[in-house]
Order: sequence, then structure tokens, then C-alpha cells
Amino acid sequence: MKLTRSTGWAIPALLATGNVMATEMPLNMTQGVTDISQRTYDLHMTIFYICCVIAVVVFGMMFISILLHRKSRGVTPATFHESTTIEVIWTAIPFLILIGMAIPATAVLTEVEDNSNADVTVLVTGSQWKWHYKYHDYDLEYYSVLATPRAQYENYNGMFNGNSEIPQEKGENYLLEVDRPLVIPAGKKVKFLMTSDDVIHSWWVPEFAIKQDANPGFINEAWTKVDKPGIYRGKCTELCGKDHGFMPVVVIVKEQAEFDAWMNEQVAIAAKAKAEEQKLLSMQMDMSELMALGEKTYLASCAACHQPNGEGLQGVFPGLKGSPVALGDMRKHIDTVVNGVSGTAMQAYGKQLGLKELAAVITYERNAWGNNTGDAVQAKDVNAVMKGQ
Amino acid sequence: MSTMTDTHAHDHDHHDHKPAGITRWLYTTNHKDIGSMYLWFSFIMFLVGGAMAMVIRAELYQPGLQIVDPNFFNQMTTVHGLVMVFGAVMPAFVGLANWMVPMMIGAPDMALPRMNNWSFWILPFAFAILISSLFMEGGGPNFGWTFYAPLSTTYSNDTTALFVFSVHIMGISSIMGAINVIVTIFNLRAPGMTFMKMPLFVWTWLITAFLLIAVMPVLAGTVTMVLTDKYFGTSFFDAAGGGDPVMFQHIFWFFGHPEVYIMILPAFGIVSAIIPTFARKPLFGYSSMVYATASIALLSFIVWAHHMFTTGMPLASELFFMYATMLISVPTGVKVFNWVATMWKGAMTFETPMLFAIAFVVLFTIGGLSGLMLAITPVDFQYHDTYFVVAHFHYVLVSGAIFSIMAGCYYWLPKWTGHMYDEKLGKTHFWCSLISVNVLFFPMHFVGLAGMPRRIPDYSLQFADFNQIISIGGFAFGLSQLIFLAVVIKCVKGGEKAPAKPWEGAEGLEWEVPSPAPYHTFSTPPEVK
Repeated sequence: MKLTRSTGWAIPALLATGNVMATEMPLNMTQGVTDISQRTYDLHMTIFYICCVIAVVVFGMMFISILLHRKSRGVTPATFHESTTIEVIWTAIPFLILIGMAIPATAVLTEVEDNSNADVTVLVTGSQWKWHYKYHDYDLEYYSVLATPRAQYENYNGMFNGNSEIPQEKGENYLLEVDRPLVIPAGKKVKFLMTSDDVIHSWWVPEFAIKQDANPGFINEAWTKVDKPGIYRGKCTELCGKDHGFMPVVVIVKEQAEFDAWMNEQVAIAAKAKAEEQKLLSMQMDMSELMALGEKTYLASCAACHQPNGEGLQGVFPGLKGSPVALGDMRKHIDTVVNGVSGTAMQAYGKQLGLKELAAVITYERNAWGNNTGDAVQAKDVNAVMKGQ
Repeated sequence: MSTMTDTHAHDHDHHDHKPAGITRWLYTTNHKDIGSMYLWFSFIMFLVGGAMAMVIRAELYQPGLQIVDPNFFNQMTTVHGLVMVFGAVMPAFVGLANWMVPMMIGAPDMALPRMNNWSFWILPFAFAILISSLFMEGGGPNFGWTFYAPLSTTYSNDTTALFVFSVHIMGISSIMGAINVIVTIFNLRAPGMTFMKMPLFVWTWLITAFLLIAVMPVLAGTVTMVLTDKYFGTSFFDAAGGGDPVMFQHIFWFFGHPEVYIMILPAFGIVSAIIPTFARKPLFGYSSMVYATASIALLSFIVWAHHMFTTGMPLASELFFMYATMLISVPTGVKVFNWVATMWKGAMTFETPMLFAIAFVVLFTIGGLSGLMLAITPVDFQYHDTYFVVAHFHYVLVSGAIFSIMAGCYYWLPKWTGHMYDEKLGKTHFWCSLISVNVLFFPMHFVGLAGMPRRIPDYSLQFADFNQIISIGGFAFGLSQLIFLAVVIKCVKGGEKAPAKPWEGAEGLEWEVPSPAPYHTFSTPPEVK
């Protein structure tokens, strides 16, 4: 049913987006920008060429046979059907080829797994559906979320999810762009510690030849050393639920001096934001300000599950429109948003959003889509719940 | 195999006692009836799973979300996988085993006919439960056919219990089918039919049946742990309670890897029957084929973690599983070389079964070579969970397992129906399938190498052109299978009368009974010399 109703829309949409096909796709694995990625590529090509030779020999024999040994040429079939010598030969030769493959593979693998002596360590935490980066050697941590607007990828023309926005033209880095990329210094051995807050994710940057699963409750290690500054893009590669296709990885590699400057700036901004939070406690925001910021925050952080129209997905993610949480006790609502609900997909947003955003988004949820409670939640209300007052 | 003589004419067919109408099929204990039901069921499931693949390919036809939402897309990939593995490929092989194993070893029926009836009739219920969950609140399973925890436990939708229950039923059906095959082969071989005289299809199925009995209970254990983790507060796969999500993958793939050989060993058997027939030359290296099959089956138990190289295993384990996996290409290579040697200096003709069998050898080998590439751990870090993997396993499963099933159906259709199928239509089906299956799956290698992850409903723009080509190949392959349906229906309804042995070079007991095979065959066992 879903298919037939919408194919009528898909065809004109196809014509309209015909010009996005301009980007060229490479036909082979990337050589990447690290020593490991280059060696991985070389190994891939070696194995590939060996496979090609095997294929040419086997298929060659077969096609010669198909051409020559056909009944229509009037041949009489031979009767041979056994030869221990031949069996031994074609068991032994592949075995020797395999040993030839295993030696370089073992060498590369041993180097990939050498996680010792890192200069910089970053804790990478996956959650549905964003990445969180925490620098061990600096006082800095932040979330990294898809930056492609929904209007670029939701092209249902208002048929699903109540989204009636006109589809936007897809940008150059469609689905490969985030709000805050990870930044690492060039020429340094950077170690990544991978974990997850909920399901299994997998952090992949093809140009570094790193793909490592982020398992909840466990920590995995990976490392890279990139000499060439630049922007490198990757994706989550382990199915992690609904928006698995929408959690890209972006890494910026900067020269050490530039990295240091960036880091100092970011640490200062983070410290300043923390100080601002204290001021917020005595501040009173008005309703329209709360609702405007709330809507923005809601669409960025909540709409993936609860949907832009607040109706959720039946049987998967509960709706907020008319829900007992959004219409009931305000403290309970704040607690749910701040601390999450254990044993469900509802995350703890206390550490993901600032007090102002939390206050705004809870206000929005209590007043949007006909949830007209009239409650204006302030930063100090959120702070009170967080502090357990 | 040696020549076989059949001293009796088996003309018991006019004594058939079978009830009419639906009860014939409900109560039947006849291996031919049950075999036919298995085959029809698997074909229906093939179309159902194929329809889901069409939804997937339609959504991926161009970038952006056009047709389905990501949650439904995930349900489609999940149920497509489950239906194709457990509903199409496995029951098709069981159907072929039911029809052919007794006739190939000179047995009157399967050894446990009532269990045979039951093992078929619970299957439609299993799939009714699974597919009906798609229409329930929250939708069907959406965590991939591999149902990794905790996505399938804490974070799954409310219908997970139905998924677990249906997998249990499929497992019970498979185990009963496997027991039946083993008991039949061990006890009901005709006098003189020693193990090393059995056709390879019987051998490969015997080994497959042992694999099934070994690993289906492991699958049952896995889904039960998922059930109790989700509904009863256990923590097998939850680190917060002392469990480990990676343990799920170890247990699952301990089932999962032998499972992929369950889906390919009988294919080896079918192809080993067809190639000698149409090359008019005995199979080269019969005993090495038997030993190679057994080696593949044994090795399949020590390679499971090659599906898990990115989960953070220690170096020593990664090396072990890499070496063990590479080793599998040795016996598999021996099989391919034996098939080529069988064709060498034969006198080949190219009827539809032979065409499918040759395509099987070529395309399965391509899948095998990409499998060897995937075995190399450091390179697998780049291939893992991309379309390169999707290309690999579809080459071995679609142009491998399914092509062999098609080959087997064309090969034995005259025996089953008593009519020759329409050769022209069969060849049309073959060429349409061959071209479209490659348009469908070959570009996936490039898309994967270029970095497109699997199981995503939308992709970045550089993948657009290739995905469009892949989708067109997919629609064409789907439509081509309707030709097969037409061939089968036409052949069942009528056609040129088939002789007892319609293929000049065919050998084996199944060709000694008339076509169509009478309802009861070999009530008196034949003597095999």
C-alpha cells in the first residue's frame, strides 16, 4: 500500500532531482591518508589481483571446455573420472597461495592493533543517533549531530510524519555533514576509545581505515596518525535503529599550532557557557522566547523519535501530543527529559543540552500541538530537578 | 556410481489410495506430496521476500526518503532476510530432499512420514506469525535478520515476542526435517547402495542435516535469551546486569556460519548431479567431493567470528579466525576444480538445467573469491558492513543457492510432472535471470568499496547513479522469476510426454521409475550393483 500510494510522487521527484547525480563515485577502495590505510589498500589490491588470476585460470578452462567439448561438435565424451595426483596438486597449490596471502595480512593486522604510545586520546561515544567526543587531555566534550536539514532528505511531500515542508535541493555533503566535527592534530598518534550509551554503533572513517564497533558497557580501542590536514567524512556502519543512516562522522585534521589555538578557544567557550548557566538561574524567559528556542531544540534532538508533529511512532516511540507526561506533573516531565527512562530508548538529555534549551524544549512540549498547559518552564526549575531539590 | 539394475517394474501407481481435495494435502505422509508442498511454499515465500526487496530497491532508487520511512525500511530489510533464508532457500532444499532422496537411494518414502507432515505444516504458521507482525502496532522486527542485542532487546518494538516465537517454529521444523533425512539415509538405502555409491545430492544433504541438528538449537537458545532479556529482566546481553552484547554475536554466528553452509551444501549436490548428466561424463573425483563437503562442514564450526572482526577482538583471535576462514577456500576450490574437470573432454549440451548449473559455478566462484577477500582481517575493516558484503552474500545465495534450486527444478520437473518443460521459455528465464542478477549485484561491489554502508534507507549523492542501476537490475530480476512460475504451471498442466529418463547422460535410481514418478515408488527395493 505504501508503495503504490507514493510512486506517483516519486516519479516527478526523480525528474526534479536529476541534476544531483553530478558527483563522481570512485570505483575502488580509498587509499586514504594514513600509512595504515595505504597498506590496507595495497593488501586489498594484492588479494584482488590474485583472485583475478585464479578466476581467469578457472573460468578460462571452463570456457575452453564449453567451446570445444560440446556435443554439437560431434565429440565423444572421455571416461576419466579420478586422479589422486591431480586432487593433491589442486589442494596443495591453493594452500600455498593462501600462505602467501596470510603473511602480509598478518603484518598489517599486527600494526593496526598496536594501540600503544598515543599522543592524544579521544573517547568516542555513540548514541541513537549522534556521536559524542570527549578529549582526555583537555577539558572539552561535545555532541556531533547530523547537520543536513530534514527538508533535504524527507521527500515524502507531506505524506508521512505530517511533514509538509517543500523538499530542499540536496547539498554537496548531503548526509555527510555534522554541526560540530571532531578535531584532531596532524602528525600525532591519536587513540580513540569507543563505547556506546545504548545500542551497538560503529565508527568508520574510510580514509583512516578505522572501523571499530562502539559497544554499550565496553571500551574498544583504535588509533590513527594523519599527516595531511583536511576534512574527512565517514558513517555509522552498524545498524543502530531507525536513523542509522543519519549519523555521519566528520573529522577535521589541523596542524598542531592551529589545533592548539582551536582547542584553547573551545575550552574558553565551554567555560564561559558554564558560567552563563549560573546567571540563567535568576533569569526569567518569556513564553514566546521559550517556545521559539524550544521548537528549534525539539526538532534537533527529539523529533527523530517523537516526530515533528509530536505523535511519535505507534508501538515504537510514544507520542507527546496529549500524553500524560507532557500534560501531567511538570517535575516528572523535567525528570524524564533530564534523566531519561532506563530500559527504553529515552536518553538522558541532562548532559546533552544546556539548562536554557532544556527549559525551552520542555515548555515547547507542554504547549505545542494543542498541549495547552500554559506552563513556562524556567532554567531554575530544571536545575532544581537536576540537583534533586 | 556403478550401473544399477531394477528387476521389477514398479507399476503400483494404479493402487494409489489418496484422499481427494484438501485433506490429501493436510493428512499426507507421502514424500512426493510433502516435497511438492515444500517447493510451492518456498516459491511463494521467494515472491513475498522478493516483493520486500522491491520495496527496498524502490526506496534506494534515488537519494532522499521517498516511499517508506526509515523504520519501515528496516522492517523490510529484516523480514526480507528472514523470509529468504528460512522461508525460501531452506524449505526449497528440504522440498528437493523430500522428493529426491528416497528415489535416489531406492527407498519407498521418508523414514518418519508423520513427522514429515508435521515439519511442513508448522512452517506456514511460523511465517504467518512473522509476516502478520508487520501489520501490528509498532510493526514487525526492524533490527536486521541478525537481530543484534541490545537493538533487539531493550530497544526493540513490542512485536519481538512474535519474531522469537516464529523463529522457534522454523527451527523445530528444520530439526525435524534434518532428523528425517538422516534416519532415511541411514536405514532405507536399497541393498547394495553403500555410502560411497550414494549420489552427491544425498551425501551433501546428509552432512547438511547434521549441521542443522548441531546449530538450530543454538539459534533457539539465542532467541530465547533475547526473549528473556526483553520481557523477563535477564541480562545475558546487557552490560549493566553483567552481560555482554558481543556474546550475542558469538552465539548467533556460531549458528549463523554453519547456517550459510546449510544453504550451499545441497546446492553443491544438485550441481554435481547436473553437470555429469549434460557433460555425458562421470563426475570427476567423487570421493574427493565427499571429503571436501565434510571438510567444509567441519571448518564451518571454527570460523564464526570472521563476521565480527570490528567488535574489538584480541589480535590472537583475529589471526585465528582469519587463517581458519582462508582455509575454507581449499575444499571449496577442490569442488570447483572437480566440476570444471567433469566438463573437460565431455560432450556437453546446454539445456536449461545445465545453463543454470554453469552459471552457478561461475557466479558462486565470484562470491567465493570475494569471500576470500573478506577473510583478510585488516582489509575486512574497510569492507565490513558495506555493500561489498551485500554483494558477496547475494552472489553465493542468489546466483549460488537459488540458481542451483532453479537448476534442480528444471532437471527434475519431467520426473515430477511427467511432462517436458518448455525449453524456449526456460532458456528465456535463464538469460533474463543471468543478466539481471549481475546488473543487480555486481555494481554493489563498487558501491561498497566506495564506502556505502549496508542497511541505510538513504545515501550520500555520489552513490546515486549506481543505486539506480542496481534498482533497475533488481526489478528486472524480480520480474524474470514470473517467467519461472509460467514455465512450472505450463509444465504441470501439460506438454510433451517425458520418458522415464529424459536426459541422455543421466544416471541414478530416480531415472529408473516412470515419469511422472508414481505415487509410491520402490515399494520393493531395487538391487544396486
